[in-house]
Amino acid sequence: MIKIEKRNDVSRSIYLLTPVLAIFLTLFGGGIIFYILGFNPIEALKFFFITPISDLYGLSELLVKATPLCLIAIGLSFCFKSNNWNIGAEGQLIFGGIVGGGVALLLYNHNGFYVLPIIILSGAIGGMIFAIIPAILKTFFNTNEILVSLMLVYVAKLLLDYLVVGPWSNPEGFNFPETRQFSESARMPILFDGLRIHSGIFITLITVFLSWLILYKTYLGFQIKVSGLSLKTAKYAGYKGKTMIIIVFMISGACAGLAGVGEITGPIGQLHRNISPDYGFTAIIVAFLGRLNPVGIIFASLIVALTYLGAETAQIFLQVPKYTGQVFQGMILFFLLGSDYLLFFKIKFLGLKKNEL
Amino acid sequence: MSFDLNFIGILIGAIMASSVPLILAASGELITERSGVLNLGVEGMMIIGAISGFALMVVTDNLFFAVIGSMFSGLIISLIFGFLTQTLLTNHVATGLALTIFGIGMSAMIGKNFVGIPGKEFPLLFVNLKESIPFLGPIFFGHSIILYFAFGLPFLTNYFLKKTKTGLVVRAVGDSPTSASNQGINVTLVRYSCILYGGAMCGLAGAYLSLIYTPQWIENMTGGRGWIALALVVFATWSPIKVLIGALIFGGITILQLHMQAVGLRIPVQLLSALPYIMTIIVLVVISRDSRKIKLNTPTSLGQIFYKEK
Repeated sequence: MIKIEKRNDVSRSIYLLTPVLAIFLTLFGGGIIFYILGFNPIEALKFFFITPISDLYGLSELLVKATPLCLIAIGLSFCFKSNNWNIGAEGQLIFGGIVGGGVALLLYNHNGFYVLPIIILSGAIGGMIFAIIPAILKTFFNTNEILVSLMLVYVAKLLLDYLVVGPWSNPEGFNFPETRQFSESARMPILFDGLRIHSGIFITLITVFLSWLILYKTYLGFQIKVSGLSLKTAKYAGYKGKTMIIIVFMISGACAGLAGVGEITGPIGQLHRNISPDYGFTAIIVAFLGRLNPVGIIFASLIVALTYLGAETAQIFLQVPKYTGQVFQGMILFFLLGSDYLLFFKIKFLGLKKNEL
Repeated sequence: MSFDLNFIGILIGAIMASSVPLILAASGELITERSGVLNLGVEGMMIIGAISGFALMVVTDNLFFAVIGSMFSGLIISLIFGFLTQTLLTNHVATGLALTIFGIGMSAMIGKNFVGIPGKEFPLLFVNLKESIPFLGPIFFGHSIILYFAFGLPFLTNYFLKKTKTGLVVRAVGDSPTSASNQGINVTLVRYSCILYGGAMCGLAGAYLSLIYTPQWIENMTGGRGWIALALVVFATWSPIKVLIGALIFGGITILQLHMQAVGLRIPVQLLSALPYIMTIIVLVVISRDSRKIKLNTPTSLGQIFYKEK
């Protein structure tokens, strides 16, 4: 006999352990899928999760990918904590990239220390502006922010496509859909010679620290958390709900915009059609896996970044498509959400009672 | 170039063909959403349908098995979503996103060995009538059976929701799961069924792409149509007949892009592609500001978790 009971209080240890459980279940599930497809599961998982980070270059690549993921997820945690479903971080990332990239092209002939900060700032503002759209529509017209932010992702993608094919395309680029390479002073300084890891990682780390300060040490953070737990309580306490919706979307959009501008001034160095391999969507997984907690999100971003890297390695060694990484990303989220059941319900294994025999 | 009637007929036929996957997926998702479940996994279920339909066609050499199989795999993959959201009570939005991400990855993995294999010719009905009747011929004839099914589906869905008792149950569950449950309706069972039906229709929509529309397998070949289908349900304010009209508008935009250079219009292609999304946002704003309008068809409990204390 199995009996399911609702828990009265959420157990803190289970709350922190379920993400780990989800990761193990994902590895197990991935092994089974590899086995079905005719690979040696242990070997395949090794190519996926160990080979990519077994040298310095790999570790640097891991951080290159974790940098935007962590940044976006931190921003999203503000929205998710207050029950605002911003699904459009990908669009905000792209729009931040567009604005930052536009400024970089504008300042093409400028050299100086001020160029990069201006570009970064304009990228953050771009992402922020793009995120304000669903927030304003939600507060003033009562629209569903999930659908609006999602639709805007495709608007941003198509706008970027239009710009790099048309007005912003490189005049000497033989009609390739890309802008010219940004000037040296518009690029994120590289941290080590020969590796791609760039100073964008400091932006991420500073943002993580600031978010922790805001969320846990300020009245605003307290308001955000209370509104997430109970809208009614927040109303009784007299919090300005509408202002808060706009603020959390602005924070979230700014982070996504920063991630976008970090990508184009960091590893990419120009604008083209695919400035992001769906970082904005994957960051949603990171935010959940990190339990919307700044420290948790750092760890989660490294794990999810590894699925990107693993897919690239597996593509070379196992000839599997690069989309394989998404199988793991999807599974992590499935297992994580599913194992949350253990948070709210107790499963009791009872012996058979006498009268049932 | 001359604008003869027959050309316009062919154009309308092409618009109809391009709207089929949107109609199928959106009609399925509409039923799911009317039961109060928001499944953002449409794109993932479609792409799984596309690869399984194509793979089954190659392996069995039988188009009937391929079509049925694609619906079945759409159903199976939506079962993951159903189990998580209905049994394990997970968040609909996050689970749906996971389903899309997982579906795109999984389809690429399965489809690895099917890249570059040519598709099989899908039988078209009344081809001789298409050629013999000018203008009306290319509109009404020479299509696959799935197209005819798709164009009938919104009317069937409308009838189902408005005139049948089961349809009423689905709507009741979507509007007020608690009262439905108090009336003795098994909310979880109804929602499971609606999720599975939605999955099967999305699977079929994917198979239409890989078997008929562009008969081959390409990674990520649904290319965002799942998201458009999701937008379409909102655009149609959860009304099946408006899904049909919306799909023709959105499908028309796709065809217009292809013919624009020929006609010599100087609008950026990307602006046209963005129109479905922008129009959906505008419709959302219009219906959402008027609480009466949004109440008319919007399932009140959309996306909310229902848990019955035992």
